Amino acid sequence: MHLCPGTPTPAHSTVTETHVITTTDLTKVYRSRGREVTALDGVDLHVREGEVYGVIGQSGAGKSSLIRCVNLLERPTSGTVTVAGQDLTALAGRGSRAGRELRQARSRIGMVFQHFNLLSSRTVQDNVELPLEILGKSGGERSRKALELLDLVGLADKAGAYPAQLSGGQKQRVGIARALAGDPKVLLSDEATSALDPETTRSILALLRDLNRQLGLTVLLITHEMDVVKSVCDSAALMENGRIVESGTVSELLATPGSELAAALFPLDGEASGEDRTVVDVTFQGESATQPVISQLARTYNIDISILGAAIDTVGGLQVGRMRIELPGRYEDNVVPIGFLREKGLQIDVPGHESVLVKEGAQ
Amino acid sequence: MTWSEMQPLLEQACWDTLYMVGWSTLIAVVGGLPLGILLVLTDRGGLLQNVVANKVIGQIVNIARSLPFIILMVALMTFTRWITGTTIGREAAIVPLAVGAIPFFARLVETAVREVDHGLVEAVQAMGGNTWTVVRKVLVPESLPSLISSTTTTVVALIGYSAMAGTVGAGGLGDIAIRYGYQRFETQMMWITVAILAVVISVIQFAGDYAARSLHRRGAHSGPAPKLRLLKAAS
Ligand SMILES: Nc1ncnc2c1ncn2[C@@H]1O[C@H](COP(=O)(O)OP(=O)(O)OP(=O)(O)O)[C@@H](O)[C@H]1O
Ligand SMILES: [Mg+2]
Repeated sequence: MHLCPGTPTPAHSTVTETHVITTTDLTKVYRSRGREVTALDGVDLHVREGEVYGVIGQSGAGKSSLIRCVNLLERPTSGTVTVAGQDLTALAGRGSRAGRELRQARSRIGMVFQHFNLLSSRTVQDNVELPLEILGKSGGERSRKALELLDLVGLADKAGAYPAQLSGGQKQRVGIARALAGDPKVLLSDEATSALDPETTRSILALLRDLNRQLGLTVLLITHEMDVVKSVCDSAALMENGRIVESGTVSELLATPGSELAAALFPLDGEASGEDRTVVDVTFQGESATQPVISQLARTYNIDISILGAAIDTVGGLQVGRMRIELPGRYEDNVVPIGFLREKGLQIDVPGHESVLVKEGAQ
Repeated sequence: MTWSEMQPLLEQACWDTLYMVGWSTLIAVVGGLPLGILLVLTDRGGLLQNVVANKVIGQIVNIARSLPFIILMVALMTFTRWITGTTIGREAAIVPLAVGAIPFFARLVETAVREVDHGLVEAVQAMGGNTWTVVRKVLVPESLPSLISSTTTTVVALIGYSAMAGTVGAGGLGDIAIRYGYQRFETQMMWITVAILAVVISVIQFAGDYAARSLHRRGAHSGPAPKLRLLKAAS
């Protein structure tokens, strides 16, 4: 298996309904010199087996704290973390040091880091062998596995090089190979592409996606870049001030009226041209994208519709179209045409009237 | 004094110095390395955080380091006799030399180990490594170039201290310089001793720097390589 950025990937997602990472009411409070910072404030996270799950949020939102709590590099203040059916918080014991069982559980969770964290004193191959040394594997087995993994990430020819001789993207490939050495079911990635240029970011994301598809690896990734979520994630969560404020599969999010994540994943702009006009955002997914709804709307109600902006994009492997249209008259005058659009199975957002819509949607 | 008179004296002195410095360096490394690592591990936020132990070790190291060697030597007389059975001669000099060098080296180790990127420690923890794994696979190998430089510094310092060991009849180059050069006005003897010391120290410094640099070169350290202290032109 040799995965390169250009290799076509099997389109089939490997997602199942089993939750492989679950956090329940997770809180983390840092106490230093009498000051308290609540980094996580009751986080419930559910990552399904085989999916790429993105957590996005602004700096200081608590993303790193969350991912570090998943393998207990950071001890949660309260709440539980379950990975692959095992309650890690129960293994953790009382002291600050990681007991044997927790260490064994960690060896089955891969982790990649923003700054790669490769040992400069070791060659690329020896870096990949390190987790295998910790697992007590024999020398022959270690080098066989390491070379196999380096081949998988496309770096077979760099086995004898030192990290200092590699580019950032190559270092991250080594980091990924190393994270896979213990045959993990779960890969944690904290800003793995944040130190890389856009081109390299794409190739690393493609690699993660391929590993996810080909090995059935569940990936939990942290990022502050919407593009990362857009290009690889099946599901996403938005964090603010230590809480998850929105979460779901990408298509669920796009179908949620007023979703901040959806709007950020798929931004639209265009201002209303006058006071007595109503701006409506229409989101098409799958089937509905093929129906000529806008012209039907114009004919049925005999109104003039202006298109302010439109785009079609692939989000999380889904074809999605969005269009911002303008209807004559105020919002109150357009309740019927908007209802017509919603009946056609389209998702409608009226900027400035979110709350009204959410209420209507709930009825 | 003729050269044929001086030669055996100088040869003996060289061996005495080498013997004292060699053994005390070995003991300083064996004792100071774990102590220095322990200072880092027990510190706040360290893997074996223990504020009390850290303070106690730190204090002992500080006191031992600040004592002038000649006082340490006198203060340790009883201890030295207990260990070696005597308080004079080369063996007796090794005890205070080593005791003085352990905390000296430990502080240098502490500084070197602190420089290791904490991300590497976390990476090994995330793989399921324990504290001992972190020490063996990360802290020591990653700080090796600095540890070698620290050893070089310690050897050079020990050559200096060993000159004072002449006062307990341990011999060595410093002893010759004092006895012949200062007490008997044999200036020629003194200058030869000085020259030998200068050469020995330069060679040790050069070898140490070379070893540290060649290890460093392959590494991904972001900081500049340690500078050659004596032979800048060679770089
Ligand atoms: N070890 C720590 N001690 C004290 N406070 C901390 C510690 N680590 C994080 N914090 C605080 O917790 C909050 C959340 O930090 P965290 O690193 O999880 O944010 P983040 O979302 O990863 O941000 P970024 O995008 O900048 O990496 C911040 O206010 C931060 O200052
Ligand atoms: Mg972070």
